[in-house]
Amino acid sequence: LSRIGDELYLEPTESGLSLRAVNSSRSGFASFLFAPLFFQLYEPGSAGPDTELFRCKVHMKSFLGIFRSLPSLEKSVGKCLILLKPRASRLVLQLHCKYGVTKTHNLAFQECERLQAVFDTRSCASHLCAPARVLAEAVVHFPLTLAEVTLGTGPGGKISLRNYVEDEAGESCRVRGPLPTSACPPARHPSRLPPPEPSKTMVTELWLAEDEFQSVAVAPGSHITFCLKEFRGLLSFAEASNLPLSIHFDEPGRPVIFTLDDTVLEVHLVLATLSDLESNSQSPSTNGVSRLPAPSDDFADDLESYMAAMETSEGGSERAPSPTFSLRACRPAESKPEEEEE
Amino acid sequence: MPFSAQQPPASGERYALSASLDNARHLSSLLRAVHFQDHATCLATASGLRVTVEDAKCIQANAFIQAEIFQEFSVQEESVMFRINLSVLLDCLTIFGTSSLPGTSTALRMCYQGYGYPLMLFLEEGGVVTVCKINTQEPDELLDFDFCSTKVVNKIILQSEGLREAFAELDMTSEVLQITMSPDKPYFRLSTFGNAGSAHMDYPRDSDLMEAFHCNQTQTNRYKISLLKPSTKALALSCKVSIRTDAQGFLSLQYMIRNEDGQICFVEYYCCPDENITEAEL
Repeated sequence: LSRIGDELYLEPTESGLSLRAVNSSRSGFASFLFAPLFFQLYEPGSAGPDTELFRCKVHMKSFLGIFRSLPSLEKSVGKCLILLKPRASRLVLQLHCKYGVTKTHNLAFQECERLQAVFDTRSCASHLCAPARVLAEAVVHFPLTLAEVTLGTGPGGKISLRNYVEDEAGESCRVRGPLPTSACPPARHPSRLPPPEPSKTMVTELWLAEDEFQSVAVAPGSHITFCLKEFRGLLSFAEASNLPLSIHFDEPGRPVIFTLDDTVLEVHLVLATLSDLESNSQSPSTNGVSRLPAPSDDFADDLESYMAAMETSEGGSERAPSPTFSLRACRPAESKPEEEEE
Repeated sequence: MPFSAQQPPASGERYALSASLDNARHLSSLLRAVHFQDHATCLATASGLRVTVEDAKCIQANAFIQAEIFQEFSVQEESVMFRINLSVLLDCLTIFGTSSLPGTSTALRMCYQGYGYPLMLFLEEGGVVTVCKINTQEPDELLDFDFCSTKVVNKIILQSEGLREAFAELDMTSEVLQITMSPDKPYFRLSTFGNAGSAHMDYPRDSDLMEAFHCNQTQTNRYKISLLKPSTKALALSCKVSIRTDAQGFLSLQYMIRNEDGQICFVEYYCCPDENITEAEL
């Protein structure tokens, strides 16, 4: 999660403890949901009729600092107690170590709104599932500094990975747009810069055979380009926990969703993807749904409005509405009753 | 170990201090444990060598190397005292490198003619000899913490292993290190108050790490963390540490260090409590 954002959002829910992060441009979102069974004891507290379960965010660095040295933790820490004390404004992390030593950390937190990116793996046209090891071994061929990679489907069911080439000046000719909120999924619009000179950049491309994957259900000729750096974080976690990684994607411009599933853990990583230069597409959800205007080159203003929309969207479900639903179904509870009968 | 090459001046001359040590590391590693300032005051008496480093008129560290550690140790007068650049002294003692390969060691001979003379070091390893002359200065007046065992209010002895991690991971964004010692819970607690929030390390009195626990009164004292952080070096070398406080809140940390040959040496740190006492956050 620290590869994504600087703040860690903690949200206790009935179905478990959710830890989330979002990146500064709101183009990457990750969540780890630990089921109650993951813990020896899980008490999310009780939500009253007017109050929700308490949630907060803390500085990622402060939180990580407590778990600094993993090898020594494994040797010396017996159990960890996490308590959220709203009245004292403290998140308490207590490590019970060997020799009876107790380490207590009282972290300051900030209250926050629910952090949730809107996505639906069911509405994606393509799905892949592979052991994390296969993808880790593929990704190792790309330099650590590589920002973005293109995943594509080729003939014979092969899957390709290719480094995304940026323009000569080294600036990304793409502007990272924010992830979809309940408003509409914005695409990232490329600025009109000349294409990079092919002779001056090194291109790495590798192909994976269909049988390396546990399942392949892809739309032929599809491809997406996403941030490799943010993906690497999830990949190391998947490799370490030996879990298969699922990739759900659709058209360029629509977010790519990576998931890991386990009996006690559910992980989602949602990354915005580059929209196609050639297809010149506007926002893909062009099916009569009323929406906020797509982001123009006036990046900052639109980012603010999308951020505002995201932060106030309460009661939004985990699943996005399918394109056939009206936008109004996602409005916060304050909407007038008559409008909900759509 | 006799030097076949350049010999120190003939035995006719009397040295205020003259000492020989087969393995210079026995001295250099201890000096490193108190090396948080460039200058140190050396005091040599018949019992051995004491090297003192101070800072901010609040903290004092002493490294003791008893005469028995040396192969030869003689002090002509009752005591010999001088101030010297500790960084330079350490650089000279480790002039053949700091890696400790088994079987190789640097032999040392140290001579000091007296007031106004430089400290002479003769270092030999594998047949190569280096001669160093380090200027000495007028010794400073040293702080006297007036800390004696009769005035001790609380005392514990811990195995260093238990504290090493705590000190290495101290939240340096905290200005102070707060030490609580009590006959009741939390018994022994180290606390920091940094940017992220507060952190506490609690050691129960019945912990396996606790070798001795003699706390009579609940005391909570704060010390400037920047002053105490250098003691981590001494802690890393030691096997046991004794932590004592007196009625004024002065802190004494004594580290028992076993060198490569199994001999025992001591390093101690004394520290004044921080003047700005505010309500401790528990």
